[in-house]
Amino acid sequence: MNFDFSEEQNMLKDSVARFVQDHYDAHSRRELVASEQGFDRGNWQMFAELGWLSIPFDESVGGFGGDAIDTMVVMQELGKGLVVEPFVATVLLFGGLIQKAGNTTQQENWLSRVIAGEVQGAFAFLERHSRFELADISTAATASGDGFVLNGEKTVVFNGLAADALVVSARTAGEAGAEDGISLLLVDATAPGVERSGYRLMDGQLVANVRFDHVELAADALLGERDQGYAPMQAVVDNVTLALCAEALGIMEKLNSTTVEYTRTREQFGVAIASFQALQHRMVDTFMACEQTRSLLYRAVCSAKNSADDDSVESQRNLHALKVMVDRAGKLVGDEALQLHGGIGMTDELEVGHYVKRLMTIRTIFGNGDYHQAKFNQLSYA
Amino acid sequence: MDTQFSAEDLAFRDEVRQFFQENCSAELRARLASKKTSREAQVEWQKCLYERGWIAPGWPVEHGGTGWTATQKFIFESERTSADAPDVIPFGLKMVGPVIYTFGTEEQQAKFLPRILRSDDWWCQGYSEPGAGSDLAALKTKAELDGDEYLVNGAKIWTSGAHLADWIFCLVRTDSSGKKQEGISFLLIDMKTPGITVNPIIGLDGGHSLNEVQFNEVRVPAENLIGEQDKGWTYAKALLQHERTAIAGVAGCKRVLARVIAYARAEGGLIDDPAFQRRLSDAEIEIMALEYTELRVLAALSAGTAPGPESSLLKIKGTELQQAVQELWMEVAGYYQGVLPDADGVDHSGHEFGSKACISYMYGRATTVYGGSNEVQKNIISKAVLGL
Ligand SMILES: Cc1cc2nc3c(=O)[nH]c(=O)nc-3n(C[C@H](O)[C@H](O)[C@H](O)COP(=O)(O)OP(=O)(O)OC[C@H]3O[C@@H](n4cnc5c(N)ncnc54)[C@H](O)[C@@H]3O)c2cc1C
Repeated sequence: MNFDFSEEQNMLKDSVARFVQDHYDAHSRRELVASEQGFDRGNWQMFAELGWLSIPFDESVGGFGGDAIDTMVVMQELGKGLVVEPFVATVLLFGGLIQKAGNTTQQENWLSRVIAGEVQGAFAFLERHSRFELADISTAATASGDGFVLNGEKTVVFNGLAADALVVSARTAGEAGAEDGISLLLVDATAPGVERSGYRLMDGQLVANVRFDHVELAADALLGERDQGYAPMQAVVDNVTLALCAEALGIMEKLNSTTVEYTRTREQFGVAIASFQALQHRMVDTFMACEQTRSLLYRAVCSAKNSADDDSVESQRNLHALKVMVDRAGKLVGDEALQLHGGIGMTDELEVGHYVKRLMTIRTIFGNGDYHQAKFNQLSYA
Repeated sequence: MDTQFSAEDLAFRDEVRQFFQENCSAELRARLASKKTSREAQVEWQKCLYERGWIAPGWPVEHGGTGWTATQKFIFESERTSADAPDVIPFGLKMVGPVIYTFGTEEQQAKFLPRILRSDDWWCQGYSEPGAGSDLAALKTKAELDGDEYLVNGAKIWTSGAHLADWIFCLVRTDSSGKKQEGISFLLIDMKTPGITVNPIIGLDGGHSLNEVQFNEVRVPAENLIGEQDKGWTYAKALLQHERTAIAGVAGCKRVLARVIAYARAEGGLIDDPAFQRRLSDAEIEIMALEYTELRVLAALSAGTAPGPESSLLKIKGTELQQAVQELWMEVAGYYQGVLPDADGVDHSGHEFGSKACISYMYGRATTVYGGSNEVQKNIISKAVLGL
């Protein structure tokens, strides 16, 4: 038993941390977020050169062949730096789905370009009414010749504006809500009938609503088996949920250290506010919340890495537990960071608020705390 | 003890309800909600209340108050929030107004109070400084008497609405020789006076309400001093208690909760989720209690006693609950909770309320900080109430 990172993982961690240190001060991030693109293509190329875009992909397609721990290490550091480049959308979701569900040709076509940083991708899964149910979709792909015609609308598509291509979850059979009958389709984002409108989220991400109006797709647009898209989609979403939780932990660590540091330097009543026991205890609470989150993250990551199909219930329980913890601990850490900073914490100028906003977003993506707690209860006590 | 509404109370309720129905139109509320028109719409609304004689329910009758009982004030607030009518901007009507009618000279009362009541002047509050937040008495902005003028130098920060204000009421240091609470004075300053610079501060919600206000050799007539020089701390403290009572916002909180419940009903079965119900009722039960705590404070007030330390309780619980309800609203919005409106306030996600929930949540984070942070309120309660 050991909880140490390998030498390779430590190097990876250092390399992301160094990038953040050298290229990602608050000012440049602010400019990036305000820019039309919402991120920096130059940074993206740098990610490619540093090999980060290849981490989760199999060696057979030119990837690094990394596991959940490698992704966790990267995500935690990206979280600390509040990096807005669409690593999750393009690499983990778009690339992850192609790796999981795609055939050899699709993988060869797309993954080498993802790894080289040549292509941006997105996963369009959410619809206005879906809330947190991946299967509750009505975007439909009807058979037409060898291929499909796609109709419907997806909302809050992360990286949806910059994406060159989208993986879209669509109904090819069955009723809204049914896991059966969902197919995953690769759609060129500039194809006729695809209409995108962008807007920003509080965490700085540029997202889009994407409408599909009689979009014609060839047979090779299908990723994986027809009607059987739910399982690979859920598996990838689980992996990405883990990754997002790692990002959240990075953010929580950063918020806690920033807050502790601030209370040491801010003086009121002639003393550092850190000397007030009422505040000390609250910083102890946020510290503990962070460590408990780390423990569940390690637990979930290790079981995801080692899980064979037969112990998947345990690995599911770990993942749900983790997302619940991120929800509760993230709320506590974010609230306390703002509160302990006082007035300055309420400004756009200070980075603290931006970390809190990203943390708030992660708490919701792929299900909030209540959602995952209900799943946990079902698996545990039903 | 009796909390039943009397027949007169019920008649009053109907009268108030009708007034709001007739005067707070959807058109007015739309103008209030839009950045470009909100200020003029707010003035228009306040003038409408003034015409009706209802602009300052908290003031004594001789100064333009309503003479309402505690119950009537409670009814008015409930009806106001049910009609989604805006509250008045507090700085003139709820903060400096009471200080002027309590501690000001007759000349000051005649000069300022009518203009406050008519919403002709907008006020802002210049208390906090970079080095003086929770430790307000550490303030350094200096005022030196020079003939019949004070010469003011220094800086205030977090001044809400300073960019819109005609006047600022300031705490300034007139003596630094003794205890820091002694030597503070309460000064009214015309924002158009040369030497004042207002710099915007953008908030978490992306909006501009906060400012830094700099005073560089600003000359203020000595007649703008409230009460005695060096005694301003006493007046300031009296004002803070009014402010804290106002911040509690119980009626507004109930209103938002009702809206959250309606949204949750519309949001595919969320209202049936036991976990969500539990969160809702956790909040609602506390709000039910706080509503009565507020009534108890109001009853004491109308019996002629100044709001005491129990107003600190109202501020803590009221702001915690506002935040809890805002959080619930965010939860109902799900993925759309993070949507930011564009520069004109338009939400492009197509979602009904995601961006509204987001902005209310983000601005709402400040309620536990301003008006004296909740930690400082707890210190006050532990000293003043528990004697610790
Ligand atoms: C949106 C907004 C609007 C505002 N509007 C105005 C305005 O119009 N006019 C005005 O004058 N001011 C205004 N303020 C300022 C507000 O009153 C101050 O922010 C507040 O008093 C806290 O001061 P500070 O920001 O310096 O925080 P600090 O005093 O530095 O406090 C930092 C943290 O330390 C805690 N703390 C401090 N002392 C103690 C203690 N003894 N024990 C335990 N904990 C302690 C605080 O609770 C807080 O969590 C506004 C603030 C905000 C956020």
